[in-house]
Amino acid sequence: MATSHAAVWQRATVVDSTALTDDIRRIVLAPDHPAKVDAGAHIDVRVPIGGVLDRRSYSVVDAGPDGRTLAISALDSPRSRGGARAMHALRPGDTVEITQPIVDFPLRVGAAHYVLLAGGIGITAVMGMARVLRSVGADYTLVYAGRSRPALAYVEHVQNAHGDRLRLHITDEGNPLDVTELVGGVEPGTELYLCGPIRLMDAVRRAWIERELPYPDLRFETFGNSGWFAPEDFVVRIPRIGAEVTVRATETMLEALEAAEVDLMFDCRKGECGLCEVRVLDLDGDIDHRDVFYSERQKDSRGTMCCCVSRAVAPPGGTAVVTIDIS
Amino acid sequence: MKETTVDKILGHPLNAWYVAAWDHEVNRKPLARTVANRPLALYRTEDGDAVALADACWHRLAPLSMGKLEGRDGIRCPYHGILYNSAGRCVSMPAQETINPSATVASFPVVERYRYVWVWLGDAALADPELVPDMHQMDDPEWAGDGLTISVDCNYQLVLDNLMDLTHEEFVHSSSIGQEALSESEFTVHHDERTVTVERWMLGIDAPPFWLKNMRDKFPGFEGKVDRWQIIHFESPTTINIDVGVARAGTGAPQGDRSQGVNGYVMNTISPVTDRSSRYFWAFMRNYRLESQVITTQLRDGVSGVFREDEDMLVAQQAAIDANPDYEFYSLNIDAGGMWVRRLIERQLAAEGRLPAPVAAG
Repeated sequence: MATSHAAVWQRATVVDSTALTDDIRRIVLAPDHPAKVDAGAHIDVRVPIGGVLDRRSYSVVDAGPDGRTLAISALDSPRSRGGARAMHALRPGDTVEITQPIVDFPLRVGAAHYVLLAGGIGITAVMGMARVLRSVGADYTLVYAGRSRPALAYVEHVQNAHGDRLRLHITDEGNPLDVTELVGGVEPGTELYLCGPIRLMDAVRRAWIERELPYPDLRFETFGNSGWFAPEDFVVRIPRIGAEVTVRATETMLEALEAAEVDLMFDCRKGECGLCEVRVLDLDGDIDHRDVFYSERQKDSRGTMCCCVSRAVAPPGGTAVVTIDIS
Repeated sequence: MKETTVDKILGHPLNAWYVAAWDHEVNRKPLARTVANRPLALYRTEDGDAVALADACWHRLAPLSMGKLEGRDGIRCPYHGILYNSAGRCVSMPAQETINPSATVASFPVVERYRYVWVWLGDAALADPELVPDMHQMDDPEWAGDGLTISVDCNYQLVLDNLMDLTHEEFVHSSSIGQEALSESEFTVHHDERTVTVERWMLGIDAPPFWLKNMRDKFPGFEGKVDRWQIIHFESPTTINIDVGVARAGTGAPQGDRSQGVNGYVMNTISPVTDRSSRYFWAFMRNYRLESQVITTQLRDGVSGVFREDEDMLVAQQAAIDANPDYEFYSLNIDAGGMWVRRLIERQLAAEGRLPAPVAAG
């Protein structure tokens, strides 16, 4: 919320780095200025990508007393824009710049029932919440879904910690998550906290609205890095200022335009606020809307896009080109 | 950690219940109240539940308390119309088709008990309603009375000091409850992890004017000596209930027979507002002549006058503390109760990682 939103940068020292799965490493940081960590907190980390310091958000999985150590976990996937690779290269003794723990995804204590739903690496955002709900004796279910067991971080940990309150859904063990069934079984008075890929978020949102559950009781966090399609290079044209910029698969459209010194307005950089909106004048290909700012109607119209997270997708056999105007 | 309490004014624990308002003050019109440096918008839902939201809209921090209540449990920001529910979640952003998922304001745990609305500003996972201090005399059918609120420009700890040592009555309240016997009599002090008790008996004394009047309300025409008691019960962090009364001298009050006397409870709970201002909620409850509204009003108004004398002293004391930042406190034997209170609070602050105290400003 507003009070904890502004980032204060500080130095942190890497004290541990452990592989949890083939693609996920747990990295433990000791910040110079420890602060208490609330459930739902994340930190932003300045990571070097292509020689430039960029900023990535990672949920705090767990923390030592008074926040003297913070554990995060980074997934390095083929769709990663390069931040995870830099995070995976960190070793004990290295230092990085991080923010204080920021809570944009607060857990509210006091609901009648809770469902915490994690898709894959999304487990990192809800583990702290599950810990709090267990400690206060709340009625909660932790639902953890993924493709295969070896790819699921912390699976043994959450089994031990949450026992019967854990529902595991592993696709290649013949037990995939059925979102309609999950949302259909939600009791009135339930708050659902969700972190996962955009397809999962979209399916849950549709099922939630379909059941006419109170929309404010569906809580989710997105760092804007999950899309409907794998990122690929595309071209942005801005005829009014005569600019043509290629957006690499490893950078966002906003980052590419900033690098080309196009003067753009933005704020959240995660597809929530809508300040980075650009008007789409022409489109060769389609738009991968990765934001949560636009309604379905607005997304379907393809008239605007949030350039901080959303991308263009190539037409068959070609390269995507999006022609825009800016404010 | 240091074990000697030397700070003049203290920070306030956050993992605690503080009174934000009397129950009758919280209704279907938002009320702005600052508790422990946190501005709050207080209101009641249509179902009657009290709500405490951070009084600053997520968007541009406009005070929600200036807004209007809407629907069953909502409050709309008066500036750009963002609508929140009682959990502090945005339910409508008028200028767009979706709701930003991070749009929330803090909704603090609330308990309504003993005619007060209590709020918890610290770790919500620790907000156990069983930790609300015992003030059952406030709404127990065996007790009657009423109280008021004092906004006093001093650190809350100075109010606690004032209530933990009542020898000041001789000097501050000489026309009502003060008498020499207060500073001349012995007292005992006990403490545990959450409470401090100071007990003082004055035997075979003349009743001061306030107590003579009360005795005559119960025993018309009463004359003679009394045994007087003051048993001060502190419960961490800021509640002090004082068992007070007088009985005909030598009728066994110290041994537990109070039938020949009058008994009141001075209920006090102090809510820090800022480091240098406090909201002091008090009531005077009695267990005799319960039917008399006249006595309820007379006692409330009488005690109110007494407490105004305290308020003047406390404000002057805070001003002198701030005007003399290089001077320290020295202690007297009579400060034992207040010093135990300070130590318990300092331990709680240390446990919350919130020491040291606020700097005394010039």
